[in-house]
Amino acid sequence: MAKGDPAVSSRGRRATPRSRRAAATGEPELVQLLTPTGERIESATGPDGTEYRVDFTDEEYRGLYRDLVLVRKLDAEATALQRQGELGLWASLLGQEAAQVGSGRALRSQDMAFPTYREHGVLYCRGIDPIMPLGLFRGVDQGGWDPNEFKFNMYTIVIGAQTLHATGYAMGVHMDGKTGTEDGEAVIAYFGDGATSQGDVNEAFVWASVFNAPLVFFCQNNQYAISEPLERQTRVPLYRRAGGFGFPGVRVDGNDVLASYAVTRHALDNARLGQGPSLIEAYTYRMGAHTTSDDPTRYRIASEVEAWQAKDPIARMKAFLYKQQIADDAFFAEVDEQARTEAVHLRERVLELPDPAPVSMFDHVYPHGSPELDAQRARFSAYMESFEGSVH
Amino acid sequence: MSRIKEFNLPDLGEGLTEGEILAWLVKVGDVIELNQPIVEVETAKAAVEIPAKWAGEVRSIFHPEGTTVEVGTPIIAIDTDPGAGPVPESTTAAASADLPTPSAASLAAVQVAPAEGMVEPGLIGGVAPGGRTAVLVGYGPRNGPAKRRQRKDGPPQQPATTPRPAAPAQVATPVPAAAAAPASVAAAAPASVAPTVNGNGRTGGPVLAKPPVRKFAKDLGIDLATLTGSGPLGSITRDDVQRAVDGSTVVAEPLAATSPTTSAASFGADREQRIPVKGVRRLTAENMSRSAFTAPHVTEFLTVDVTRAMKALDRLRGRREWRDVRVSPLLLVAKAVLLAVRRHPMVNSTWAGDEIVVKEYVNLGIAAATERGLIVPNIKDAGRLTLRELADAMTGLVQTAKAGRTSPADMSGGTLTITNVGVFGVDTGTPILPPGESAILAFGAVRELPWVHKGKVKPRQVTTLGLSFDHRIIDGELGSKFLRDIGDFLADPEAALLAWT
Repeated sequence: MAKGDPAVSSRGRRATPRSRRAAATGEPELVQLLTPTGERIESATGPDGTEYRVDFTDEEYRGLYRDLVLVRKLDAEATALQRQGELGLWASLLGQEAAQVGSGRALRSQDMAFPTYREHGVLYCRGIDPIMPLGLFRGVDQGGWDPNEFKFNMYTIVIGAQTLHATGYAMGVHMDGKTGTEDGEAVIAYFGDGATSQGDVNEAFVWASVFNAPLVFFCQNNQYAISEPLERQTRVPLYRRAGGFGFPGVRVDGNDVLASYAVTRHALDNARLGQGPSLIEAYTYRMGAHTTSDDPTRYRIASEVEAWQAKDPIARMKAFLYKQQIADDAFFAEVDEQARTEAVHLRERVLELPDPAPVSMFDHVYPHGSPELDAQRARFSAYMESFEGSVH
Repeated sequence: MSRIKEFNLPDLGEGLTEGEILAWLVKVGDVIELNQPIVEVETAKAAVEIPAKWAGEVRSIFHPEGTTVEVGTPIIAIDTDPGAGPVPESTTAAASADLPTPSAASLAAVQVAPAEGMVEPGLIGGVAPGGRTAVLVGYGPRNGPAKRRQRKDGPPQQPATTPRPAAPAQVATPVPAAAAAPASVAAAAPASVAPTVNGNGRTGGPVLAKPPVRKFAKDLGIDLATLTGSGPLGSITRDDVQRAVDGSTVVAEPLAATSPTTSAASFGADREQRIPVKGVRRLTAENMSRSAFTAPHVTEFLTVDVTRAMKALDRLRGRREWRDVRVSPLLLVAKAVLLAVRRHPMVNSTWAGDEIVVKEYVNLGIAAATERGLIVPNIKDAGRLTLRELADAMTGLVQTAKAGRTSPADMSGGTLTITNVGVFGVDTGTPILPPGESAILAFGAVRELPWVHKGKVKPRQVTTLGLSFDHRIIDGELGSKFLRDIGDFLADPEAALLAWT
């Protein structure tokens, strides 16, 4: 204790305002391959000297753009459905499309993803029907899907809890001997800047580190934990936290789909080769509300939102495709039309999602039932049958 | 018939019960697209735009702007197939233009919607196909008489001799035998507990009450220790507190009545109006008391001859490029404040505990009285604006405020405020600082008064300035210099401009 005291006091109080401010808000170094105006940067160097670059075909560039637009449109449709009383709640990803599409497309089919409740873009890139999470937000199911089938864990509402699940899963992958080759398996855990203050996330860092788990911690730093700004989470850039736990960290422009892809692919490859975990801080901005129940104008100013509008992930990709003549007006119109059609299709299917039968509450308690549960189900069914017009 | 669809106000934020219609973005007769914004609604959580659920033509709007509407109530009717000719008989009543009340016709229309596949869960007071009263999505589980489905004849628990339920009253409240038993138990239990509690009368130990009840009692100034609880384990319930309040009122009234000599005086509760404290009023109250009791206020006054300034304004109004600009004395006061701040930056600062934050930018707040109460929108970085830009910004700000459209962003981040009490015809005041600001200037009425001018008493245009400042940051010297500079500018704007800029 005697040793600890001076350290505590020097850390806690002595820092000068200047250095504190610089640490919290100074413009960070980030890996960027596409500038906000759509200029392509050949390669970028990470803090540990890693050189990041991507080499896409024109078709792949267009594919990424299509992903971004579709993901945004489907998200907007879900927000509208909530406003119309068809969803109880929705957590919009507006502004974070590039971080999600870039990292989502970097995953290989054998890789496992652990999302929060906002990873609609990653879900889309895994090839999953976007309607899958909408039952949860409509309140007609519990959001329970088979993570193994989709290589995509269930949406986790508890902040940061999934990082521990991912760590345990990744330790299992390692123990099963599925790492160490070019075609090994890797795991990715998504979370936000607010979650980094959770005990769970810090514990996950420790366990993943000391057990060399093949895990990529993908933090979408969207600047706000609901209403709390980043300076209430950390005094050092988040990616630098990794150093203290003993694994590499890198900050990437989360509004740059190319850099997000490059950095994630590199981290996943390290993991699958058995080189342990890493932390990616995707520096981005939540353009919308935390959820549909939130009003961001109460805690942030319009000029800040405007400044981030200028860094829009889709606008810069469009500018790049246009300038490089990779895509033309016809392509952009076609993508918009596809997005519109898919959004309408999604809306129609959401409205048709069936309400669950009351008796279905017994369905998923045990995989093979139990005598007590079966008796309860029988009693409840008989009770429901006792009403006129019953169809149970 | 079902082509007319009525849209119910949904629960926009997890458990809200009502919303206020701020503005309709469409009107009757408009042809609208799917997801086109139709209305702005403000709830306790947020002001949001609601997109149209169906494309079509607006047939009716049920509630005017400014009304507060309960969740689940129809607010608009949309003809989803306007090209299909006139609407059948039964809905034309609901389609009249002058804010029809959604009554029987609307309920019928709403009930029809799910039948043709458009899922409409959570109807309040209406029963969806299949008989359920859905509450899963959109609308909170609000009261509404819970219509239950009728039990089939001879359910197992009931004696076979039960008559068929024929009267509607019986249908509405079926009491299954199984439910009746617990009800009687519940009724009996408090009866057996209450006497012992009252008899014991709790002579010591902590007072039992739930936190909301404690808050309730605290708000009303009731000491819980003086009450006898009727709840479980002798705990004090909300009703107990309410009874205590009512009781004291009852006691007070006889006192008033027993002074018969003052025949006319009557001051009972029946002659008091109780206005719920909410919205802008609550916010104002919180801000004002927080500021008044954290920042030590000092107020200074200065009476100034502003005749020259008024003449300068007239000359400004006469210039061609200023012809269509609204120019008021407040504009010059704002300019004076901005210039004086530049000479005394310290007044534009915030007390932040262990440091003082001095701001280089001035977000100039203008206190505005609106129908919703006092609000203080501010002009961001007003110091960078030219006089013309400042005039435009002030006009825009006031118009926005009067229209009730001031956004929270417009109101946050203020650094220094002007309150124009002169428009109400008073001379000055001792304004209270908006929280986080260190100075606020009250600008009084400009009156023609006898004034000593160049050695003679003459009628001159005179006003009084009142400056309150946070004495933790601003000493009397600085506050006085700041106020004097504002006064100097208003006494002779041209000279001050030449001297200072």
